[in-house]
Amino acid sequence: MPEARVPPGPLPQKWEACRASLKRLSPSDARRYRVLIVGTGLAGASAAATLGEQGFQVESFCFQDSARRAHSIAAQGGINAAKNYPKDGDSIERLFTDTIKGGDFRSREANVYRLAQVSNAIIDQCVAQGVPFAREYDGYLANRSFGGVKVRRTFYARGQTGQQLLLGAYQAMMRQVEAGRVRLHPRTEMLDLVVADGAAKGLVVRDLVSGAITTYGGDAVVLATGGYSTIYYLSTNAMGCNVTATYRAYRRGACFANPCFTQIHPTCIPVGHQHQSKLTLMSESLRNDGRIWVPKRKGDQRSPDQIPDGERDYYLERRYPSYGNLAPRDIASRAAKAVCDEGRGVGPGGQGVYLDFRDALGQLGRRTIEERYGNLFAMYHEITNEDAYAVPMRIYPAPHYVMGGLWVDYNLMSTIPGLFVIGEANFSDHGANRLGASALMQGLADGYFILPLTLTAHLAAHRPRQEGPEHPAFGDARRQVEERTRRLLAVRGKRTVDDFHRELGRLMWDACGMERSREGLTRARAEIPRIREAFWKDVTVLGSGEELNQALEKAGRVADFLEFAELVCQDALHREESCGGHFRVEHQTPDGEAKRDDAHFCYVAAWQFQGDGQPPVLHKEPLTFDAVPLTERSYK
Amino acid sequence: MNLSLVVWRQKGAQTPGRFERYEAKDVSPDLSFLELLDVVNEGLITQGIEPIAFDHDCREGICGSCAMMINGLAHGPQPAVATCQLYLRHFKDGETITIEPWRAKPFPILRDLVVDRSAFDRIIQAGGYVSVNTGEAPEANSIPVPKKDADMAMDAAACIGCGACVAACPNASAMLFVAAKVAHLGRLPQGRVEAKQRVDQMVDAMDREGFGNCTNHYECMDACPKAIHVKAIAFMNREYRFPRRKPGT
Repeated sequence: MPEARVPPGPLPQKWEACRASLKRLSPSDARRYRVLIVGTGLAGASAAATLGEQGFQVESFCFQDSARRAHSIAAQGGINAAKNYPKDGDSIERLFTDTIKGGDFRSREANVYRLAQVSNAIIDQCVAQGVPFAREYDGYLANRSFGGVKVRRTFYARGQTGQQLLLGAYQAMMRQVEAGRVRLHPRTEMLDLVVADGAAKGLVVRDLVSGAITTYGGDAVVLATGGYSTIYYLSTNAMGCNVTATYRAYRRGACFANPCFTQIHPTCIPVGHQHQSKLTLMSESLRNDGRIWVPKRKGDQRSPDQIPDGERDYYLERRYPSYGNLAPRDIASRAAKAVCDEGRGVGPGGQGVYLDFRDALGQLGRRTIEERYGNLFAMYHEITNEDAYAVPMRIYPAPHYVMGGLWVDYNLMSTIPGLFVIGEANFSDHGANRLGASALMQGLADGYFILPLTLTAHLAAHRPRQEGPEHPAFGDARRQVEERTRRLLAVRGKRTVDDFHRELGRLMWDACGMERSREGLTRARAEIPRIREAFWKDVTVLGSGEELNQALEKAGRVADFLEFAELVCQDALHREESCGGHFRVEHQTPDGEAKRDDAHFCYVAAWQFQGDGQPPVLHKEPLTFDAVPLTERSYK
Repeated sequence: MNLSLVVWRQKGAQTPGRFERYEAKDVSPDLSFLELLDVVNEGLITQGIEPIAFDHDCREGICGSCAMMINGLAHGPQPAVATCQLYLRHFKDGETITIEPWRAKPFPILRDLVVDRSAFDRIIQAGGYVSVNTGEAPEANSIPVPKKDADMAMDAAACIGCGACVAACPNASAMLFVAAKVAHLGRLPQGRVEAKQRVDQMVDAMDREGFGNCTNHYECMDACPKAIHVKAIAFMNREYRFPRRKPGT
């Protein structure tokens, strides 16, 4: 197993000690190094801005038409920090403990502690950038609660926190573009990683307008390419989200950690019709004031206002009296699935539960509710044509986030020297389940405060040297991408790319979604290669590679999903326990909760590619818990 | 429901385009407008016709990718939504719908409905930020901000950079886009320090990109998917009115 390089010493001093020992570069030295950053979400944009400020030459790539459109923009609810402004007893220790416990003891203690330590500086930075966080009447910053937590530590900007944080990072990056230290490459997709002389040295990218396939060389590569929830076809992620960058890095030797740890978010608008292209999240913050229920009686067809309180089952409040509607995501999702499986679900097909604001509207008044959630209620109305001020919202779980990602050490470097991975793209901080408002925190912690130091230290240990297209590794990688593009265009079969994507998505949702079983996963592992074969025989991609061709872009992404899905299922199959979002039906407590097996599975599963048709090798990074004792997670 | 679509097709920036007519038969009124295009595209592909290219990503009205004129209106007939949040129930069965790209010189067409909006990035680059380096920030609560100011800053900051304001404006003016950023940062104490040069630099950049000026049609406000008010333009004009700095001072 590769070394996690966690610094020695007591937990609270690790990051401080590490920081002090990391080598720095003066701005005049820094400008001789070139860093390639893929992705411009919270992690990628904040890293590009900060590295630019420090003097590095930064090349920033994104497939969107503008860096400002990366999917972080869609995060609604908020960002956590241990500021303890409401004076309700919050602290770095407590944020750390909640995150470890929320992740069901499958994350690395030292990383999580550092995340909690850095959280406060993020809020300072964002406020200084002009992020318009919500404020109280005294002019100070407002906080609210999120799932799995009993304190108010979430900072927010209406229901658009991700947008405002991303614009802050994007603007900081644009300032460096103006200063000439960051060069932007929008509408440019990374299709392969170039590993030269044992280190990450470059990228193969496709210009999505001209179709030109070219290479870029640098001293280090940073992947900030987000998650792969779109492997399920229907998810809350943007249509363009994909696994290609991290999967291609995996094929080049970077270990992929815990790929089966996916998060199914409990509060999304249910599937409405067969042509549905994506699912819409209703922010978890709604659970602060909304109460979740289904009818007690199976198949109760009455309209919700006709069902008296005594005949409603507020099942989260009943099963988890201590946390109630703010139970963590994995638990709330499974509970929703359980009541729907019992035949008590509501709405079309019985795939939904009520999120009811009747009581909050009565207590707080419509104005307050509108102020807190107005845009979410409006969005709900647009999609469903229902007024949630009058009738309860209907919600159902949907794929939302992935905790799994490329394996990184404490310094956020993958198993390929010089390849760093930040934000959702790495596996590091959330274990088997992420708590709400922690993704934004992690993305910005990595990009603003951690990567710039650890990457600098890595570069300081090497002389600046950028390889170019004349290096054989660059030419080889480029030719492989060209060949693959040519093959995709040459099939000219009968089925559309979306058709294959939908087929894979359905299979993954059934076999590797909220509930997994040995039997289902085994079947999926047999089925995926069959779909993949059919894809390469029967997919149709019209047009050419030398033009703006969206079907071709999608085809490449789906082709990678068709390989990567096998790894996800293999990981889920090998982990013979339930933890967080990974729920194996064979491993549950008598009352249906996840049953961990710490004796055998208290480790990070890091998979190493061995070649097509070869089973990957599993490396195990053992997890130890010194500060928070390994206990059964309970929200009762 | 059945719909006829008249769609602008243009293979590349340099090739001439034309309208094509496509039929969408028996589609559910619960489909979003982009899902309608998905369905039409799947049909086109199976007929061997290249699908309609259009920008889209989050499909929940926040990324600002989707951008099309629908029956002559930016983002279609519904107020305060982006195209991705427009649903077919707002159209009549049997209706003919005309779909065009944004039409503005600073937004050149790349293909079909896809235009190049990088001019917006260059305007932000010119000054749409607070010049604070990572790690330099003071404690977040050291400067209280009146709730009203924070709320007004947020109203303006809600801009998604889609370009509907430009597409809707008879002058192809980017005033609402620029003003939204000027008002967002200018309303906050953190943004006041650079307020003067920000407005100068951003307006200069807007002019350089070839956007027109504001002549008070207010079409931008009607088209804006985030309902950003033209009061932001008034705010920007106030900021701009004072004598401009001479170069080098």
